[in-house]
Amino acid sequence: MAEPSPILAAEGISLRFGGVRALTDVSFHVNRGEIFSIIGPNGAGKTSMVNCISGRYRPTEGRVLFDGQDITRIGTNRRAALGLGRTFQNLALFGHMSVLDNIMVGRHHLLKTGFLRGMLYWVGGAQQEELAHRREVEEIIDFLEIQHVRKAPAGTLPYGLRKRVELARAVALKPKLILLDEPMAGMNLEEKEDMARFVVDLNEEWGMTVLMIEHDMGVVMDISHRVMVLDFGRKIAEGRPEEVLADPHVRRAYLGEADEVTQPAEEVV
Amino acid sequence: MALASLRPSGDYRATYRADTTIMPTRNSRIALWLGIGVLCLCPLVLGRWELSLLINIGILGIAALGLNILVGFTGQISIGHAAFFGVGAFASAWLHEAFHIPVWACIPLAGVITAIVGLVFGAPAARLKGLYLAIATLAAQFILEDFFARARWFTGGVAGRITEPLTLFGFAFDREESYFYVVLFFVIVMFVFAANLMRTRDGRALVAVRDHYLSAEIMGINLAYYRTLSFGIASLYAGIGGALYAHYLLFVSVEAFNILFSIQFLGMVIIGGLGSISGSLMGAAFMVMLPEVVQMLADALSGSPIDRALKLGTSINYLREMALGAAIILFLIFEPDGLAHRWRLIKAYWKLYPYSH
Repeated sequence: MAEPSPILAAEGISLRFGGVRALTDVSFHVNRGEIFSIIGPNGAGKTSMVNCISGRYRPTEGRVLFDGQDITRIGTNRRAALGLGRTFQNLALFGHMSVLDNIMVGRHHLLKTGFLRGMLYWVGGAQQEELAHRREVEEIIDFLEIQHVRKAPAGTLPYGLRKRVELARAVALKPKLILLDEPMAGMNLEEKEDMARFVVDLNEEWGMTVLMIEHDMGVVMDISHRVMVLDFGRKIAEGRPEEVLADPHVRRAYLGEADEVTQPAEEVV
Repeated sequence: MALASLRPSGDYRATYRADTTIMPTRNSRIALWLGIGVLCLCPLVLGRWELSLLINIGILGIAALGLNILVGFTGQISIGHAAFFGVGAFASAWLHEAFHIPVWACIPLAGVITAIVGLVFGAPAARLKGLYLAIATLAAQFILEDFFARARWFTGGVAGRITEPLTLFGFAFDREESYFYVVLFFVIVMFVFAANLMRTRDGRALVAVRDHYLSAEIMGINLAYYRTLSFGIASLYAGIGGALYAHYLLFVSVEAFNILFSIQFLGMVIIGGLGSISGSLMGAAFMVMLPEVVQMLADALSGSPIDRALKLGTSINYLREMALGAAIILFLIFEPDGLAHRWRLIKAYWKLYPYSH
């Protein structure tokens, strides 16, 4: 199989906040149809990288190409229509809206009804449009198994469900590339397995390219096609999971120097 | 607390259409139609004073709903709402006098003019938030008040402006009994518009901007556009309310639209319930009835030792203001979600009776 053209390419991204270098000359690309993970210790610049792609931050240097188009200077809100969706590390749902409305907000750029036609509702096609999109949103709700809470205010849900609702909202954008910032953080094993299954299904059956930040090595190694490792804002490795895991730089970043880890940990009873 | 999902058993929704209605249950729809029916009969039985209260509730309710869309749903702030209410009142009178447009057309047109004025003054909202925006809208209040006092061509200056009653097919709606129906019509239309707005794309976008503007932006929502639009819609409602007010009183004076009136609108929205459509009307009703209740209490106590000690008869005006302030404070402390939330709790109580959840 020929190498597919990358859907996302970051070229020499640097990000500085005053004297703090969050990212230094990071380049990578994400191929169409793959699950690409960014890993690294805390403060390595993973979320900063995702923020540069999604538009929250503007990189100090370098550029971001999405689907062949330079999006470095494009407004954050215009990236949704290009096919870029994301979830947040610290939940960012619309707390007072129902789950259903949260997901319908994800359809924002696909809906055409302005406020005037919205006010008239029955004439002008707003109702038809709402119902048609509701049908598609229900498919997402079915897929993520959140039918039972669809009318509940998102702010009242337990953590694991909120994560799922946030994923549903990002999926509702119909993104070509979905950025997941720690989708499994703070979950128990069962929830993690569910979430991993959703990510794999999104990738394989819904045809979405996934860029994921995740700390759970087991999940990352299991489901990622390629992995990039950041440390102190620099890229230290990129490649297939097993290659990355074997990389001496990565071992040093995660585990410290070799002689430091030869001491076996005390067995805790 | 999943109050929003309380439905009577046996209420199955087989279609998405049935699941997107404004009124959630069949009984609530019946109650709504019955309520409208009863209101239609009101002019036949109620006196002019009672009707004038209802008309005031309706007019202020429309304007309060506009402010609620801005403050409650979009999370912005405006302490210049009365000025926009005034723009609507003068615009409608001016359109009728200068261009001889029939009054029934002047009212919506006044709404549009006010919306445009609101968009201009709302432009800072695209960038400002919280306290800074409050000050910017305060500036709008004073600029517009000053404009009312100086622009004689528009407002008639300090003398004020006499307005014509609404006439339709030769019939003049110049009495409480008839004007009541005009206000009722506009209340229904404007509240249905708002309910429709909030269940479609742009309404959801407004709430999204309020709840989490960063993720709203990621979802493709243009923050500046919706923050400004919210001002436009709020002003549209204020303008229509103001126009109805102008053709009800048949005289508009420049002093009426001061900052105290703006604060009263905020009070209505807070007492009624931020982010609640029906709450706007409840808040307006509360605000209209409060002085009357205070008056009634004072009358009931007249001659008693309390009256002699506090001199209720002469200080009634202060008492009204104080009651208003006390009501706002008490609501903020004990019921920050307003009357609308209290009403939901009452409904839930009876639905679940005799159990508590």
